[in-house]
Amino acid sequence: MTDKVDITLAVNGRDYDIRVEPRRTLADTLRDDCGLTGTHLGCEHGVCGACTVIVDGAPVRSCLMFAVQAEGKAVRTVEGLANGDTLHPLQQAFMDHHGLQCGFCTPGFLMLATGVLEREPDISDEDLVDVLSSNLCRCTGYQNIIKAVRAAAAEMRAK
Amino acid sequence: MTDAPVHLADGRWVGRSLRRVEDPALVRGQGRFTADLKADHFVRFVRSPLASGRIVKIEAPEGARMFTAADLAAVKPIQPMLHKFNYRPIAQPILARDVVRFVGEPVAAILGRTDAEAEDFADQVELDIETLDALVTADEALGDNAPLVHDEAPRNVIVEGIVKTPDFDATWAKAAKIVRIDARSRRQNATPMEARAGHASFDPSTGRVTLTCTSQMPHLFRTTVCDALDMPESELRVIAPDVGGGFGQKMSVSPEYVMLVFLARRLRTSIAWTEDRRENLIASYHSRDQQLSLEGAFDADGKLLALSGDIVANIGAYSCFPTTCGVEPLMAMAELPGPYDFRAYACRSRGVATHTCPIAPYRGVSRPSITFVLELLMDKAACELGIDPVDIRRKNLIAAFPYTSATGLVFDEASYRETLEMAAKAIDVPAFRVRQKAARAKGKYLGLGFGTFSERTGYGTPAFAARGMGITPGWEQVEMAMDPSGFVELKIGASPHGQGLRTTLSQIVADQLGINPNRIRVVHGDTDRTPYGFGTFASRSLVIAGGASVLAARKVRVKLLQIAGHFLEAAPEDIVLEDGNAKVAGTDRTIPIRDLARAAYHGAHQFQKDFVPGLAETATYDPGGTFSNACHVAIVEVDIETGGVKIEKYLVAEDAGRIINPMIADGQIHGGVAQGIGNALYEEIVYDETGNILTSTLADFMPPTAHEIPPIELHHRETYSPATITEAKGLGEGGGIGAPAAIVNAINDALSPFGVSVAEIPATPQRIRAALRAAEQRS
Repeated sequence: MTDKVDITLAVNGRDYDIRVEPRRTLADTLRDDCGLTGTHLGCEHGVCGACTVIVDGAPVRSCLMFAVQAEGKAVRTVEGLANGDTLHPLQQAFMDHHGLQCGFCTPGFLMLATGVLEREPDISDEDLVDVLSSNLCRCTGYQNIIKAVRAAAAEMRAK
Repeated sequence: MTDAPVHLADGRWVGRSLRRVEDPALVRGQGRFTADLKADHFVRFVRSPLASGRIVKIEAPEGARMFTAADLAAVKPIQPMLHKFNYRPIAQPILARDVVRFVGEPVAAILGRTDAEAEDFADQVELDIETLDALVTADEALGDNAPLVHDEAPRNVIVEGIVKTPDFDATWAKAAKIVRIDARSRRQNATPMEARAGHASFDPSTGRVTLTCTSQMPHLFRTTVCDALDMPESELRVIAPDVGGGFGQKMSVSPEYVMLVFLARRLRTSIAWTEDRRENLIASYHSRDQQLSLEGAFDADGKLLALSGDIVANIGAYSCFPTTCGVEPLMAMAELPGPYDFRAYACRSRGVATHTCPIAPYRGVSRPSITFVLELLMDKAACELGIDPVDIRRKNLIAAFPYTSATGLVFDEASYRETLEMAAKAIDVPAFRVRQKAARAKGKYLGLGFGTFSERTGYGTPAFAARGMGITPGWEQVEMAMDPSGFVELKIGASPHGQGLRTTLSQIVADQLGINPNRIRVVHGDTDRTPYGFGTFASRSLVIAGGASVLAARKVRVKLLQIAGHFLEAAPEDIVLEDGNAKVAGTDRTIPIRDLARAAYHGAHQFQKDFVPGLAETATYDPGGTFSNACHVAIVEVDIETGGVKIEKYLVAEDAGRIINPMIADGQIHGGVAQGIGNALYEEIVYDETGNILTSTLADFMPPTAHEIPPIELHHRETYSPATITEAKGLGEGGGIGAPAAIVNAINDALSPFGVSVAEIPATPQRIRAALRAAEQRS
């Protein structure tokens, strides 16, 4: 179990040549081997969604995927969301609408919403709540998260 | 306290929905949380799989380094103290010695070079524990022949309080109607999204240790860990970096942190522990778990004359530090009378030890439970006396202030009746009743419920001293310095974990100094950098740290005006500070504040001999406390077939005094309501009869998602507090206090055609169906 394997992970457009145990989760690998600690672990059993990242365009729980499974795929994390100094519309909307308090679940929500809005820009309000119920937040009561994602969706559509 | 309140002109920073300075880093994933730190070693705690037992053998796997109680001979247990005659002091060992007392109790610490290795080792530890009888419920623990959880506590009662006003019996005898409620608030877990974590690092060059951890009160963590390890406090630095929610759970100092610092010193290394979710659910602190029996004596018109209560709290195996296990039962007894005006009160309240995880504060502490039971009593009384639920509250809510309660609490200005009227009007009760009737005819069961409450907030040392706590918190201190460039650093003892305190305090200070809030940096959560303080809990930070910030800013302001007077050749009292400048009122003579700051440091020679260079000031604030209030209203639909509850509408009429940042205030209420909804309908820690936990994942213990939380309609009223410098009242917990009462009253209103009700939270489908089934069997 502890024999390590060499893999190359493509994260946010950059290649990371790393050596990991096959059992190592993508979440642990991103955090500890790539130094990308923006991805957070809230439960490690796939319920809370704090560790959500985008793999080949789809939001996934990085605590339920092994790093070796992500080799050859394009991984995106919260660190890759902004374009230099310009925040992604979702990041800006979360700030404008007070969609975060402690901020621990925020990267997961941002990546979940990014993945969904990129695939389905015209998603209905109802379906959006359905999707956002994949992740847990303990601070905001969700109202402002929903407001923020709706605002960002409108802005992304307008562009 | 003789400080006059702050009167702020329009156009100032206070009262604006300023965006949070905390956010840019957090949305970029640049927050810095404890688990982000690298360590040389990782520790896992081997935890008891049994609720009660005698440790026979603990054997480490080959190649592993393990510590047990035998290695901690010189380490003192954690000893929470309450100076009351009916409190049994129960110490909590750092690692279980000889016996285990709850599932999840740490019995050994085992090390690995990686977290995974430590976990592998922990799985291989040979743990032999002889099973003893376990007490899981308070009823079992109070039973005649029950074994003792601790020899020091006869009948397993750790703390007991009794109160009875002299007029009680005579008043009781005058009652036209006695109404009784037996209610239950089940065990829950605060469930912050970031579980607990700690990282202790030894610095060989100084011999000091830095403990970075998920703490709501870093200074008290330092004191407690140092007491246990008998080390000078100057040798330990405690840092609470970004903390992913606390809600009370991260207020208590648990044994794991003592162990981390012990190991870092012993091994002269850095060592990390990140709790997993299962550990958090079984072995961090639980909350609530109260049985409450209440009787109200009413006159024929529905006026509450007297109240009698019996409260039993299952406090688990140990008393938490620093609040002690008295935090739930004793606060329940003191604050049960709530917002209602009556003089005669009797109550008995007990904290009972069992073989379960210890109980600690959780958002609202006790008040979600007591508000729930009292508001159920009001609705039941209204029903039995044929009065409208709004009318019975109108009749009984306190209307004249200041008001001294039956238990001696002094309520400052509040708006109990006004917020009730606001809420009733906004929900449109008559229109709802028409709709409810029409819906019932179609087999759709709607219900309307109210939850009115008074929330004690922002209380200082006197309130804690009255509790007799071994540690008496309350005051807050700040250190403020304007640097030579005119920027301000404000160091606070309070330590927020998501409340946006850096933003709100900077708004308060900006108004005092006439500068933009973006020139103010608030520093917190580091015992090397900040003055001693008690952190963030009990809806206190903004009120108390905010008051201290105003006091410090006033001192800086006096000095700025003195310097400005010199340059502008005017009397300080004729000068105003605004928009970054000092101006002589009514003239065009002005000087930038940054020039005054530079002069304070670099131009001391220009002033009189007694001039003290610099612009650094310290201030302390210790208020007596204030009371926020609110009326929550819920409209629910109960599915009679399944027992499922859907919240159709949720409304809050809230009064938290002066609102510093409306956006942040609303966010706090939203979050509180969501936790209150979880409390009312979903979240429950379940033990089996042997004391094993059945809800150890988030698939079993179920915080609500975006689906379950409806839009929350907020109505504000601002009754400025005469008891605080900023005129603000705390509001961090209110959302969670009103929700269980409003929701369960609404459920019972919906169930009224069936002649049944529920008095237990969470009001799960099973409990609602059980009530309905009992009615079906009767008919």
